[in-house]
Amino acid sequence: MIRHKYEGQGYKGRLGQALAYDGPFLVSLYRSMLRIRMIECAIESRYHEDQMKTPIHLMIGQEATSVGACAAMRVVDQLWCTHRTHGNYLAKGGNLKAMMSELYCRANGCVGSRGGSMHLIDKAVGMAGTSAIVGGILPIATGAALASQLTKDGIVNLVFFGDAAVEQGATSESINFSVLKKLPLVFFCENNFYSVQSPLGPRQPNTPIWKRAAGFGINAVQIDGTNVLEVYEATQKACERAKRGDGPTFIEAVCYRYRAHGGAGDDSKTGYRDEAEVADWTTRADPLDSFRHYLVTLGVVKGGFDGEMKSEIEAEILAAFEHAINSPNPVEADLYTHVYSE
Amino acid sequence: MAPWDEALISSLPTIEPDPKGGRVLGYVQALHEALTLALEKFPEMFVMGQGVDDPGGMFGTTKDLHLKFGSHRVFDTPLSEECMTGVCVGSAMRGMRPMLMHNRPDFILLSMNQLVNHASKYTYMDNGQTRVPMVIWAAIGRGWGSGAQHSQAIQGLLLGVPGLKIIMPSNPHDAKGLLLSAIEDNNPVLIFEHRWLMKQKGIVPEGYYKVPIGKAVFRRVGTDLTIVSASQTLDLAVQAVDQLKAEGITADVIDLRTLKPLDETAILTSLKKTGKLLVLDTGWAMAGLCAEIGCIAAEKGFEYLKAPVRRIALPDIPTPAGFTLEQFIYPDLKRVVTAIREMCRGK
Repeated sequence: MIRHKYEGQGYKGRLGQALAYDGPFLVSLYRSMLRIRMIECAIESRYHEDQMKTPIHLMIGQEATSVGACAAMRVVDQLWCTHRTHGNYLAKGGNLKAMMSELYCRANGCVGSRGGSMHLIDKAVGMAGTSAIVGGILPIATGAALASQLTKDGIVNLVFFGDAAVEQGATSESINFSVLKKLPLVFFCENNFYSVQSPLGPRQPNTPIWKRAAGFGINAVQIDGTNVLEVYEATQKACERAKRGDGPTFIEAVCYRYRAHGGAGDDSKTGYRDEAEVADWTTRADPLDSFRHYLVTLGVVKGGFDGEMKSEIEAEILAAFEHAINSPNPVEADLYTHVYSE
Repeated sequence: MAPWDEALISSLPTIEPDPKGGRVLGYVQALHEALTLALEKFPEMFVMGQGVDDPGGMFGTTKDLHLKFGSHRVFDTPLSEECMTGVCVGSAMRGMRPMLMHNRPDFILLSMNQLVNHASKYTYMDNGQTRVPMVIWAAIGRGWGSGAQHSQAIQGLLLGVPGLKIIMPSNPHDAKGLLLSAIEDNNPVLIFEHRWLMKQKGIVPEGYYKVPIGKAVFRRVGTDLTIVSASQTLDLAVQAVDQLKAEGITADVIDLRTLKPLDETAILTSLKKTGKLLVLDTGWAMAGLCAEIGCIAAEKGFEYLKAPVRRIALPDIPTPAGFTLEQFIYPDLKRVVTAIREMCRGK
């Protein structure tokens, strides 16, 4: 039984319209999604080697949310994330080699082997913080937004979280406070319908998530999270709103996770979701396929345009793996540093 | 601030300090002064908490600070303890110096996720890239029906969390100096005040000064035993030792001032001299401050010990609300005096 089929319109509505963006920008969005997909697939293909001793949470299928949202953010804008960090980190511009070193638990990992897959940080590009406790990052992003408001630094904070975070009290508390203070904050809910293997049904009432958020008086929208342009536009509007001082926005992006909650591969065979459901999303709503089809149909690119792109990315990925594998491990003395700040 | 609360605290005996020693100031005024100085010194600092800008001003410690510094720097909050603690974490990570004030430590329990899973961990998890300078402040309640949910001294629960610092002052001078140290510190710092200390007066220097975090101080010096305590139970220790002087008993009384980091050197140095250790705490004896110090004595000071370590703290039960029962739960002077006498019998 298919519980959650794709109900979006894809790029249908845009096909008859003139291009709103220039070609290179559109191609860069596609490339960014492709790069993330390829990196995730590379990690997945080598996970069985058991050298990346870190619990991975692949975001294959959800590339459009990371890429679309980050395209609307500046480098200085701050991104706050969950345990499913790979796509967020890469889309925000995080260093790939440092990420791979982190997955291989090396001393030169982006956080020195202290965070692993769930805590990828690159402060230089505004990849500011993550939490592996569902909903835990929302109050922190709220505080960061308060800091921006108090210092008038003009920075926008965006926080990614999943549908299950909506069930946490701290999420309601964070929305309440950010509306109260009109904070420059974007709540970005990636609703992929599943928390580990628990579907939405037994966890939440039937009212759509964005409508419940709207009950707090927040500007709330629901978008197709597989459509990178829709994500980009919604996020851009939200960021502009935040910069104007008009307060926070809640975006519910409906999307789908192709793989298991954690680890490599799809675990649908265990029976918690219908394999036909996965197929419905992968065939009708794949963020890369649908966007490529749109670009080709509009003549922005020709079929097969991404061949060279793929080779480049493949080389980059290989180099990153090589870098990580050949990097030194931390030493015992490293264990005791940074428990406290000076 | 309910009237009964004030009445109870007012009924406690206070000692009038000799003004020749310096300026005499009340405990609450000392805290108010520290907050004023810190808000002046650190433009990135803000103070929030339920009622910090109400007419009472958090027992008077924040009274009218919102008028002086603006309501963007001193403000009331929703009753969202977890979120507000996270707001401290996030704003601290972005360069602010937040301080969150709670009436009672019991409410901190609602924010354990942010405190234990987040605030205390970020600096470590991101390899020292981020600092989390924040202060969480609360005043331990006791008496007049406070009961199981308004009287808890939870320092023991947090003692084992790496990355946190815990401060428990015992007098106005330290309350001011430690608060300033806490605000300057670049880590999450918890301050547990005690409601019963708030009518105390003491010599409090004017201007900005700091009492170092992690340094204990000797309040009495003696030879027969070592008494370790902090906060309100330190008063009991000092009173007991002063009373027993007439019987020829003298003791080191160590005021920890900071529970984490713990000044082990002070404890072990004294224990080496006296060979006997009594620990007093406002919290539960089980798995708390007393237990930890007892263990340190066994691990690192075993050769000095001439008698078993003793602890006086709360039994492993919740606090009853009614005074008819509550009178039996808290350690009093008599119990402390008796314990010391027993430990020094035939010294």
